[in-house]
Amino acid sequence: MKEQLTILLSGLLFGLGLGLSQMIDRDRVLGFLDVTGVWDPTLLFVLGGAVTVTVIAFRFILSRSQPILANDFHLPTKKDIDKPLIIGAIIFGIGWGIAGYCPGPGITALVLGIWNPILFMIAFIVGSLAYKWYPK
Amino acid sequence: MRKCSRNGVKLSNQKILDLTKIMADFNWLTALFGGVLIGSSATLLLAFNGRIAGISGMINGAITFSKQENWRWIFILGMLLGGIFYEYVLAPQPTPKSTFAPLAMIIGGLLVGFGTRMGSGCTSGHGVCGLGRLSIRSLVAVLTFLTTAIVTVFIVRHVLRLSF
Repeated sequence: MKEQLTILLSGLLFGLGLGLSQMIDRDRVLGFLDVTGVWDPTLLFVLGGAVTVTVIAFRFILSRSQPILANDFHLPTKKDIDKPLIIGAIIFGIGWGIAGYCPGPGITALVLGIWNPILFMIAFIVGSLAYKWYPK
Repeated sequence: MRKCSRNGVKLSNQKILDLTKIMADFNWLTALFGGVLIGSSATLLLAFNGRIAGISGMINGAITFSKQENWRWIFILGMLLGGIFYEYVLAPQPTPKSTFAPLAMIIGGLLVGFGTRMGSGCTSGHGVCGLGRLSIRSLVAVLTFLTTAIVTVFIVRHVLRLSF
């Protein structure tokens, strides 16, 4: 029960942060990516604020032997810079530049009651399953 | 999608107008605070549950509907509740509703879904969490997708002159 509560609270903070920073407005994100147009620096402050917290806090957390309410840390194990990482990041970047949403804002913007995030998230799931089922 | 038809004079006037609007709307302190909340969310999830707050992975795990991945739905529910609390309780004014762009959403969504699964992460997984862990792999991913997205927006807006 306690574990579920901290998960819910983390999700809530995440959604609240995306709302407050207006990342759920895709024009803000596109305005940041449009460096030769009328540049909107918002995203830089959002990412800067978030990474400052994680860089400092993760050091302390990961120096512990286990999380507070679970037995193990579930961390990514891959370390190598391989082809899927680069090609995947390129494909993601193209899609992000076209839509103006990445997955987090895509989910939270669902509460705005407009069609864009709904279509985006459906297409996201289709694209993700396409890679999963793509013969490798 | 419609083509932009602006001539030079109009564009520069428009640019000044846009710039004034952005400066008036832009609140760096709120943006920074929003970012701190996102970082705190990732911190809380790692400290208590030992999990990484990467949202593409969150969705990919959730849609397997398996028992050990069910916790991811709770996180997604939290993201929606946080959004509702912001938009309908805290927001000084409603979040602007962007132009309805079905084609951009479908093409963009497909690419984001495919690419984040292939590259194992998005802005939150590689960005907020990966950079937090000082992962070189994530740094490479972040620089790659940021650069590609900037180039894409440049091509869409300034070469093809599409606006959506």
